[in-house]
Amino acid sequence: MNLLQKLEAQAAERKAMLPAGLHAFGIPIEEVYSPTEARIGNQRVLFLGTNNYLGLTFAPECLEAAHRAIDEGGTGTTGSRMANGNYAGHRALERELAEFFECRSAIVFTTGYQANLGAISGLVGSGDVLLIDSDSHASIYDGCRLSGADIIRFRHNDAADLEKRLRRLGERAQSTLIIVEGLYSMLGDRAPLPEIVDIKNKYGSLLLVDEAHSLGVLGAKGRGLVEETGVMDQADFITGTFSKSLGSIGGYCVSDHPQLEELRYISRPYIFTASSSPATIESTRAALKLLRDGTELRRRLWENITRLYNRLKELGYRLGPEPGPVIAAMVESPEQALALWKGLLDHGIYVNLILPPAAPANQSLVRCSVSAAHTPEQMDRVADIFAELSAVTA
Amino acid sequence: MSSNYDEIFKRLCVQLERAAGPGTEIAADDNLIDQLELDSMKVMNLVMEIEDEFDISIPINSLTDVYTVTDLAKLIEQLNPVL
Repeated sequence: MNLLQKLEAQAAERKAMLPAGLHAFGIPIEEVYSPTEARIGNQRVLFLGTNNYLGLTFAPECLEAAHRAIDEGGTGTTGSRMANGNYAGHRALERELAEFFECRSAIVFTTGYQANLGAISGLVGSGDVLLIDSDSHASIYDGCRLSGADIIRFRHNDAADLEKRLRRLGERAQSTLIIVEGLYSMLGDRAPLPEIVDIKNKYGSLLLVDEAHSLGVLGAKGRGLVEETGVMDQADFITGTFSKSLGSIGGYCVSDHPQLEELRYISRPYIFTASSSPATIESTRAALKLLRDGTELRRRLWENITRLYNRLKELGYRLGPEPGPVIAAMVESPEQALALWKGLLDHGIYVNLILPPAAPANQSLVRCSVSAAHTPEQMDRVADIFAELSAVTA
Repeated sequence: MSSNYDEIFKRLCVQLERAAGPGTEIAADDNLIDQLELDSMKVMNLVMEIEDEFDISIPINSLTDVYTVTDLAKLIEQLNPVL
């Protein structure tokens, strides 16, 4: 089989899984009306699958900052920070992130994916060890591969299993980076951080926490699971994204270790890519201010989460273990997931379809993501439609 | 083959049968993916089981050259398993 035939075979497999004409992956969106509404085809739909947790994509402060940045700084930086220079906005955002997390350093990356790729591959190398949760995001796996270090997985959210594997490493535990996520993107469950911190301290390893889905959502000031569980000063490195709660695009790594700065000279995903456009940086800075003062946004988000999670649970849907901005309704088969996803879309609700092997344990599910910009009435409407569709999953 | 290898192979076959499904016949030359139908997720989960069975660490990036049951048994042997 040649290279093109291999791609054809993959395409055939994908097409066999999804009926013709259904664009479950990469659905065409024609117009976006607000953080929560858009047009797909000729239909006005409610966005319930865009991870826009604080609903800031149309915040007037962010729009204004982005417009001003385009006028004053142009449309792009046309290259990497190392070669083309380090713009004032990028440096200011890094200072503001470090201040927000009460730590020494922050590095901004062009995407959230690159934040993990760049941080992980910069921090460890050949001969070192990466000990990662088995349900880690693809960006973590890819960063690990790029590093050249030995990659060992531990059972999902199982602190005892992590300790067992660290013990086996002996002295190598001291050149080990443990990686977990604050909130896991498929089922919305959280890492047992205090236990993991105790273990990493006991064995002298370092810990990186990816807070992509928990920034702005967890913690009194929205600083994620590290803040919520009182271990912010114990996480050696925190990564995250601008593309969810901050409504733009980009990523970051923050740390109190001064050595983080060295990544600017060794991390290939940081060096060999164009830096974010001025508009992206300025809208992110504006969004970070809103997030920092976002107690009311978080209150509305959690009210919506609780409302939808409880209703779906009452309806008998099998959900992730705890309420969160990601609410996954697990079903018995890919066919059921597809029918539920299509039923919701036919009723004007866009969610994410997740088929094996994307979810843990080869599960099939539809994934909802809740926003502070949703209204309680919208959550009730969603729940009513899930009720109508419950026969699909019976 | 050493007696250590034989024991490793025997215990590995138990793990492989569990992963591939009860009653699956395991042969030394079986390809893990093509013949035992273990997809990449199953192989990675199997690795955690094998690590516990032999009290060793198997970096998943060391599986690059592992195709068959024999390849996997040899890799385990190199990692000084507890027998």
